Amino acid sequence: MAKGIEIRTSPHLKRVMSVERIMRTVVLALLPICAFAVYQFGLSALLLLLTTTGVSILTEWFFSRRSGQGNTVSNWSVVITGLLLGLTLPPGFPLWMAAVAAFVGVGLGKSLFGGLGYNVMNPALVGRAFVQAAFPVAITTWTPAFAPGRFGELIPSTLTLPFMQPIPVDAWVAGLNMDAWTGATPLAIQKFQHIETPIADVFSGMVAGSAGETSAILILICGLWLAWQKMLDIRIPLSVLAGAVMVALPLWLMDSATYPSPWFVLCSGGLMLAAWFMASDMVASPVTARGAILYGLFIGALTVVIRLFGGLSEGVMYAVLLGNAVGPLISSWTQPRVYGVTRKSADKRDAA
Amino acid sequence: MEAQNQSRPAAATPTWAMLRTLGGIALLSGLLVALVYQVTLPIIAENQRVLTEKAVFRVLPQASLKRDFVLTKQGGLAPVGEGVDGEHVYGGYDAAGNLVGVAFTGVAVGYAGPIRVMFAYDPECRCLNGSKVLSSNETPGFGDKLDFDPEFLKNFEALDARLDAEGRALANPIVTVKHGTKNQPWEIDGISGATISSKAMGRAANAAAQRAVPAIERDLAWLKQQH
Amino acid sequence: MAELPNTQETLTPDTFLRGLWEENPVFVMLLGMCPVLAVTSTTMNALAMGLATTFVLVCSSLLVSLLRNWIPKQVRIASYIVIIATFVTIVDYSIQAISLELYAALGAFIQLIVANCVILGRAEAYASKQRLTTTFVNSLGMGAGFTLALLALGTVREILGNGTILGIHLFSPDFQPWVVMILPPGGFFVLGAWLLLFNWLRLRKERKQAEQIGVTAHAR
Repeated sequence: MAKGIEIRTSPHLKRVMSVERIMRTVVLALLPICAFAVYQFGLSALLLLLTTTGVSILTEWFFSRRSGQGNTVSNWSVVITGLLLGLTLPPGFPLWMAAVAAFVGVGLGKSLFGGLGYNVMNPALVGRAFVQAAFPVAITTWTPAFAPGRFGELIPSTLTLPFMQPIPVDAWVAGLNMDAWTGATPLAIQKFQHIETPIADVFSGMVAGSAGETSAILILICGLWLAWQKMLDIRIPLSVLAGAVMVALPLWLMDSATYPSPWFVLCSGGLMLAAWFMASDMVASPVTARGAILYGLFIGALTVVIRLFGGLSEGVMYAVLLGNAVGPLISSWTQPRVYGVTRKSADKRDAA
Repeated sequence: MEAQNQSRPAAATPTWAMLRTLGGIALLSGLLVALVYQVTLPIIAENQRVLTEKAVFRVLPQASLKRDFVLTKQGGLAPVGEGVDGEHVYGGYDAAGNLVGVAFTGVAVGYAGPIRVMFAYDPECRCLNGSKVLSSNETPGFGDKLDFDPEFLKNFEALDARLDAEGRALANPIVTVKHGTKNQPWEIDGISGATISSKAMGRAANAAAQRAVPAIERDLAWLKQQH
Repeated sequence: MAELPNTQETLTPDTFLRGLWEENPVFVMLLGMCPVLAVTSTTMNALAMGLATTFVLVCSSLLVSLLRNWIPKQVRIASYIVIIATFVTIVDYSIQAISLELYAALGAFIQLIVANCVILGRAEAYASKQRLTTTFVNSLGMGAGFTLALLALGTVREILGNGTILGIHLFSPDFQPWVVMILPPGGFFVLGAWLLLFNWLRLRKERKQAEQIGVTAHAR
């Protein structure tokens, strides 16, 4: 089998080299997004990314040592988890909570299941789901993007003492004199006031939100590059986006005053990042071609349903986690039809 | 194996033995339950009374005496008694026997199931001036703001509940608005981040006031003499 | 015990201690998971639930043991359930009389004690075959083990989820509660952590025993 041609199989291959190469490439693709997050939110975002990545690496190192697997940090996959986790958190998220998220994500979401290749769900999202439930107020506290002086000072809540409540940011935000600031993300504004932020702004990322979820165009470029490098299965991100449009378009056509336009749905919040970098997680997604498409459509449609009809303004995290959960079922459903189409797919099933 | 396990050597257990056992146990069980029920009944009733009284005195801090009334079908009030049923409202009186306010409960569905709230109505200012959440399943950290957030509780210092000209409904329905946009005395300033819970609070207040306030205002003179 | 169906157990400290550790109903036998996960969000609820279950367990075991020669095999399950249900109803009224707030916090789980398999399991496997004294001691041990397990979950969840223990604040007012711990998922997380600990202790003990006997320890 030639090196690096069938991306979907890689975590199960015995060749450690190719896993490492893939993971390194994904990290490379994530770096521009991280850089934009730092440019947008300043030092706090940088510290946040460093914390999640550092704690993820430490957790992986600790568990891999204890379980006698040897050091598994060197395959870079845990770096992806750390970076992705940092990108999904609000930029002013207290660092100690980010550390908790990274520990739970890697420890509970991955290592306890047996490490890379055995995790049922995307570890970064497991960590985020945990802190979403544990610290619901902190994780919905947003700070404005492009604050003046963001490279010289930190958002006050960033350096909260461990186990303490986040330092309030209201006074700090008021001191910035940012007129248009409402304390909400474009998604929340759309959900509760039915006001759509201009597409150009959400598309380019000139808005508030989680550290790395804001610039749709940048994520799109990085994702496409990764797909061009054959490092991800492009069926998954495309079908996630298609699934979202499938639900959003009819609703918008029926009532464009209440429901957001499909463009807004695609470009706002974490959908873009999740579609390209999380749903496409090789371990937690189905291994068959038709399964991958079904899985993507499921995640995309569910995201929009949660956003529009659920209690939260963003639903992509739970959608991907649920997608991960039904992934094996989708795999087994779609198995017999794929049987015999290519020999590789049959081999893959056995390997998995 | 089966025979060994049995305490009796008989090959088959006679039917009457089974009947005797089941009947005996049922009788014993019935006796025990009835006994405990008889003993605990007055204590439980007293507990229930104390619990309501605590909530009423919490929303009507000046009150030292509570009287129960029932909303009648005719849209008025009647004292609680045999054969009268309907929604309860509670009149609070101070030591001198003056009516200090009336308490009633409202329910609305929040983020995680129904929220039951007790509201206080002050006939002097014709406004709601107290609230206490009796039960809710709202997410801790969000939902409990309804009961503790000082900024949100300011809404219930004097929430306008005047009646319209006919006296059958509120002149202005109570409604929760987005945080920071309250500019009318009958609006509740929502909690940012707990929009659904604070909106439910507004619906509960509106529904309860729409039912109780017309009746209270109709029988106000009578109510004042009921201490 | 189940493996010695027709032998009367003699009363030893182990009769009591077994329930606490070796055969702990929650951590070892994994019985009665429903109340374990549902009502351990605070120490007080856990304690109340544990005591209520212990009361039902001890009373029903005693009555079953007392009547063991009188209950025909064919109707034994029905008899046990009626006996258990009687004591559950008694507990239900008693808790209402003690505190309505506690009653509201425990909710339907009081009535559901009747379906707790620890209790029926004890009646069937132990009380129906053993003398009154050993039954009393054994069921008390089981009840204590159950209560301890509930407390183990309840204290951790209350400390992390609310920063309090029995309602007393432990930390400064700025403490950030881990809300998830008092929500249902927290029950699963904490139970999982305790099971991890118990399994780890058990494995370590087994390994040590194996070494003592002279068998080489499991090769790494």
